Amino acid sequence: MIETIEHIVKEHPFFAGMDAGFVALVSGCAKNARFEAGQYLFREGDSADWFYLLRNGRAAIEIRDPARGAVTLQTLREGDVCGLSWLVPPYRWTYDARALELVRAIAVDGACLRRKSEADPRLGYEMMKRFTPPLLERLQAARMQMIDVYGAHG
Amino acid sequence: MALMADAFVAARAADPMVPRVARIAERKREIEDVVTLAIEGGAFDFAPGQFNMLTAFGVGEAAISVSGDPANGARLIHTIRAVGAVSRALAELRPGEPIGLRGPFGRGWPLLEAEGHDVVVLAGGLGLAPLRPALYRLLAEREKYGRIVLLFGARSPQDILFRDELEAWRGRLDLEVEATVDHARGDWRGNVGVVTTLIARASFDPARTLAMLCGPEIMMRFVANALHDMGVAEERIHLSMERNMKCAIGWCGHCQFGPVFVCRDGPVFPYSQLRGLIAKKEI
Repeated sequence: MIETIEHIVKEHPFFAGMDAGFVALVSGCAKNARFEAGQYLFREGDSADWFYLLRNGRAAIEIRDPARGAVTLQTLREGDVCGLSWLVPPYRWTYDARALELVRAIAVDGACLRRKSEADPRLGYEMMKRFTPPLLERLQAARMQMIDVYGAHG
Repeated sequence: MALMADAFVAARAADPMVPRVARIAERKREIEDVVTLAIEGGAFDFAPGQFNMLTAFGVGEAAISVSGDPANGARLIHTIRAVGAVSRALAELRPGEPIGLRGPFGRGWPLLEAEGHDVVVLAGGLGLAPLRPALYRLLAEREKYGRIVLLFGARSPQDILFRDELEAWRGRLDLEVEATVDHARGDWRGNVGVVTTLIARASFDPARTLAMLCGPEIMMRFVANALHDMGVAEERIHLSMERNMKCAIGWCGHCQFGPVFVCRDGPVFPYSQLRGLIAKKEI
């Protein structure tokens, strides 16, 4: 059986339970993507035109530091969404995302989804409800990492 | 006279405030600032999760959890991070040198209660040390438990405690092991992210799970809430607390935590008992 994009989007944990009409709208902006180990899903400073629903493999969110080289801030894997900056102006990546192993994903065109969301605010609200939890989780994680809970006072 | 002397020695031996003198048999550097000391010279009986008061003579005494195998009563193992004057002096002890020992003290992990349940063991940083005896026991009596999951968080790949053992455990089919670090260089192949991110992906049934947590208090609060949100009962989430323990038997009050003394009533508590206290700044 050939898996349609719509079926994959519907079954992806990130969009679990989403209304079939919204699934169809998202799927209309989506395509399959594949990244070999070491290949970048996106690079810091580039235009944030896509986000990725990871199906297999792991990706690292990294930032390059002249003194330390690449520093990994977070790893993502199957079931995760990779890329949140497509949602908020100026739609630019602030980090790199690099495949740590073969990554299979659904790439969703952010500009396409933004246009559809402007036309149908219910879709926009659905996207905000879906993307706000990972935003909050990552903010909370960044705060935990910042206070260095495992340090000498941990 | 001899009778009086014997009586005096017996009274001292029975006094829980008087340390016995033991010897360091082995010292192993685990990671930066963390060493494991093996003490020999007696039969040591303890329950996983209990602690001893260790004395560096001439410096002071500190509460240190037992980190070894409860099945090996001939060898008492403690893993110590050198952060203060006493812990630094303890960590500097070499084989053959004397060490003072009182204990074991406190209420340990609820392994009997865990029987028949899935068990989630979640450790952060040095918190893996007090949990290791529980893991030894769980694995030694593997048939008594459902799924067993070990989730471990550390500051960086260089700060992963008991790395060889974690690797060996990861190879077992009857134990799920996942680790993550807060920060890493680009060449690290493992997970990066806070330890709470591992919980949702682990294989256990929240309705029949008992969880044992040990690590920084902030981490335990977030983890306990995450487990509870998933459906693990507060009464079955157990945390090992750390406070300034001095007497270890509930006399001095240094480790008072609201209505309880951590040394006597803990250090392991069910989250249901601590929920109202643990986030209070005033306590």
